[in-house]
Amino acid sequence: MTDTAPDPSRLSALKTSPLAPGLLLALFSLGTALILALSDDLTRDAIATRATEDLYASLAQVMPPASYDNDPTTSLRQMLDGEEMIPVYVGAEGADVSALAFALTGYGYGGAIRVLIGLDAQGTLLGVRVLAHAETPGLGDKIETAKSDWVKGFAGKSLQSPAPDGWKVRKDGGQFDQFSGATITPRAVVATVHRGLTLFKANRAALLAPLDAEERG
Amino acid sequence: MAQYRKIARDGLWDNNIVFGQMLALCPLLAVTGTATNGLGMGLATTAVLVASGLAVSLLRGAITPEIRIPAFVLIIACIVTVVDMALNAWVHDLHKVLGLFIPLIVTNCAILGRAEAFASKQAPLASAFDGLMMGLGFTLALTVLGGLREVLGSGTLFANASVLLGARFGFLETVVIPDYQGFLLLILPPGGFIVLGFLLALKSLADSRRRAASAAETARAARSFTAVGVLPRPEEGETS
Repeated sequence: MTDTAPDPSRLSALKTSPLAPGLLLALFSLGTALILALSDDLTRDAIATRATEDLYASLAQVMPPASYDNDPTTSLRQMLDGEEMIPVYVGAEGADVSALAFALTGYGYGGAIRVLIGLDAQGTLLGVRVLAHAETPGLGDKIETAKSDWVKGFAGKSLQSPAPDGWKVRKDGGQFDQFSGATITPRAVVATVHRGLTLFKANRAALLAPLDAEERG
Repeated sequence: MAQYRKIARDGLWDNNIVFGQMLALCPLLAVTGTATNGLGMGLATTAVLVASGLAVSLLRGAITPEIRIPAFVLIIACIVTVVDMALNAWVHDLHKVLGLFIPLIVTNCAILGRAEAFASKQAPLASAFDGLMMGLGFTLALTVLGGLREVLGSGTLFANASVLLGARFGFLETVVIPDYQGFLLLILPPGGFIVLGFLLALKSLADSRRRAASAAETARAARSFTAVGVLPRPEEGETS
């Protein structure tokens, strides 16, 4: 046994060597990485499930589930927004596309605002919801349904109603209310929804093409 | 027991992270627009303080002075990330509310401060207790600051508390000033600095009052002891 036990003098020499702190830190990093990998492994499936549930819940708010009989999260189409291809969730009854939803990014007072837009096949808004934003709490955050019903006012609107010059906040001569103390935020949301309607109009033919069996999933 | 009483006193008042050490002002200003957000951030930070205090104290024998700072940062970042993932996976509704704050906890220098000043030198139980008390003191500071800014800035108190604490706590949500137009300055970060300044002045006033009272008490006791001859009479011309 004695020949395998570490020599105490050599151990203390190792402890004082300049390499020791580096090795110890490497050991610590390795341990931390192991713990993180393990927790990631344990939670990954649950987190993915929660994210899908969130997506379903948001989609259900902008395209009423009664209006389609497929799974829009698997029936995906693409649409070009500027230089970026964005996914479009397609709801269909049989092969006929009955509702669409897609998310666009607008820029408000506090940075990016993710807006989920739901449309029917005629291009009329079924619903609009804000998915994420960093607007001023208490002022700009009235775009959330938890704080105000403002964003629900988009339902039923389309490119024809109101007319193009009505797609602005009241302060800019349009049809949409701004909030007291916050004009930039609602202006950004109104502009983003309008951009969504214009994008739909431009890509209408491709988006409304009948769904084949493979797309229905 | 006396040690734990001192830890509690330090964490909650004397050496309070915000009012005593003036640390963690970055997350403080970011989240204290409402009392509810302050409370949420405070509770999440408390959990991390307890866990990091315990972990650092348990590993204090293995960590050499040269690598202590990177090792503490690793431990704290690891705990915060694990807490974030666990909340996201299993308490998803709470994560939607607190999710914004959790990554911010890593930037909280007070946690590294406690690891360095306390947990790296003390036993695990005392370190965990120190984390709990420091965390509760921080929660208190955040909630008071958030409450003041919310009442003055938006006219409400504990708005959306039921989202954070569950429907049973819906009674906390009050409208203090109905039809209030809002006072934007207090909701924005400068308002945090202004309200914090007033709170610091108040604490300093309370502390100096208390010191004056206890000094007067000592002086009175000294006088009565002098009268009965326990203490020598001060020399002529000497001031006490």
